[in-house]
Amino acid sequence: MSTIDTEKLDMSFVEEVKNTPGGELITRCFACGTCAASCPVREFDEKFNPRRIIHMVLLGMRDEVLQSDFVWLCSGCAACQERCPQGVTITDLMMALKNIAVKHGIVHNAFAMQAAEVYRYGRLYEVGDLNDRREKIGLPRIPEEPEQIRQILDDTGVGEVAKKIIGEQESGNE
Amino acid sequence: MRYAFFLGCSVPTRGLNYELSARKVAEKLGIELVDIPEFSCCGFPIRSVSQKAGFTMAARNLALAEKQGLDRIMTLCSACTETLQEANHLFKHNPDFLAEINGELKKFGLEYKGTVEVKHIARVLWEDIGVEEIRKKVVFPLEGARFAAHYGCHYLKPSEIYDHFDDPENPTSLDDLIEATGAESVRQYPDKDKCCGGAILGVKEEVTIKIAGSKLKILKDHDIDALVLICPFCSVIYEGNQKKAEKEYETQFKIPVLYYPQILGLALGFEPDEVGFKLNRIKAKKLLEKLGLGKKKTAA
Repeated sequence: MSTIDTEKLDMSFVEEVKNTPGGELITRCFACGTCAASCPVREFDEKFNPRRIIHMVLLGMRDEVLQSDFVWLCSGCAACQERCPQGVTITDLMMALKNIAVKHGIVHNAFAMQAAEVYRYGRLYEVGDLNDRREKIGLPRIPEEPEQIRQILDDTGVGEVAKKIIGEQESGNE
Repeated sequence: MRYAFFLGCSVPTRGLNYELSARKVAEKLGIELVDIPEFSCCGFPIRSVSQKAGFTMAARNLALAEKQGLDRIMTLCSACTETLQEANHLFKHNPDFLAEINGELKKFGLEYKGTVEVKHIARVLWEDIGVEEIRKKVVFPLEGARFAAHYGCHYLKPSEIYDHFDDPENPTSLDDLIEATGAESVRQYPDKDKCCGGAILGVKEEVTIKIAGSKLKILKDHDIDALVLICPFCSVIYEGNQKKAEKEYETQFKIPVLYYPQILGLALGFEPDEVGFKLNRIKAKKLLEKLGLGKKKTAA
C-alpha cells in the first residue's frame, strides 16, 4: 500500500457520497470493523475490505476509490449492513459508489454486459429457443418484449452503457 | 390465495426444475398463480449501474400486478424478492421518489400506488400456508432423508425491508419447511448463513468459487442427502459450479442441490420427474433410492 497523497484528497467526494441514495449515513462509521469481519468476499480477497473502503471515502480519496476494482467486488449479501452497530447501510453504500463511478464514466465490464443483455431481451438471459423446451415440459411460453425496458434504460443513462457493449459485440462478430 | 407469479430472469431459463416444482406445489396447496407476460427483469442486475433505472424497472413490474387488481406477488428468486420489496420500502418512506418514478411509468400508461406486497415462495409457504397445514397435506413423508438448508442472502436481508419475519442471523423458516416434509434438517452448521458469492461471479470468478467451495467443504462433513435452497442463482453457484469448487479445493463434494419445492413436491405425492429431478445436474440418486423412488425413476 502506497502512502496517501494528502494533496489529492478531495473532501467534496464525501459530500457526493452522502448525497447519493444509499450513501447518506457514511459519516456514522466509527471503524469498528464488524463489516470486514462479516464479509464473505473479504475472507478470500483482501482487496475488498468494506471498512477500508469507507475510510478511504471519508478521507476524500476519490480517484483511488472510483478507479479501483474493489468497488465492484461487493456481493451485496448485506451481512455487514445487518450487523453494523452504527446503522450504516453498507450494502447500499457500495451500490452508491458503483453508481457514482458510472456517472464518472467508469463501469466494470461485467455490469456493462449485464446491462447489454437486459437492454436486448428485457431480461438477463435470452429465452428464445428455450420456449420450445419450456412448452415441452408444460411451462408457459414467455414473450420477449424489451421495448419499455429499453426506454427506461435510455432515460436513465444505462442505455448508453448497454449500447456501447452491444456495438462492440456486433463489430466483433463481423 | 391469489398471487401474481414473478419469475425474473434466472428461473425461466436456468431454473426450470424450480419453476416446475413451484407451480405443482402451489396448485396442490391451493395457491393460485397468475402469470403476467409483460413482467421483465426485476431490476436487480441494473442497480449497480443505476439505482434509479433498477427501481423504475421494479416499479413497472409492481404496477403491472397492481393494474390487474392483484395485491400480492409471489417470487422464486431471492434477488427479485429483495429488489421488488426494497422498491416498496423506498417508495413508502420517500413518496417524492415514487412520484419521480411514476413520471417515467406514465409513458407506459402505468402508475404504481404502492399496494402490492412481495413475498418469496418460502415465506408464502411458511407464513400464509403454514407448516402445520403443509404437514397435513403430506402423503409421502420423506422419512430418513437428511437435508441442510441454504437460506441465501436476500430472502432475509436486509431484514428491515422484510419486517424481520425470520431471524436474519439464525433463521428457522426453511428448516421448519424441510421438516414439514418428514425429513430431517441439519439445523445448525458453520456458515449456514453464508452468501453463495454469486453476485460477483462475473467480476472475479475465483473468489466466488472459493466462497461457495468453503461452504460445500463444511457440508461434506454433515452427511446430507442434498443441499436445499430457494434461489436460482445460489443453485447456479452450488450446483452449476460445484465441479469448479471441487477443483479449487482438490476434493469431491458430489452434493446434490435441490430446490425446496422439489422435495416438498415429493412429499405431496409427485413423482421425481414431475418436480424436475431429471433437470438437476448432480443427480440425487442416493436420496431417491433411500426413499424408494429410485427404481420408478429409471423405469419412467
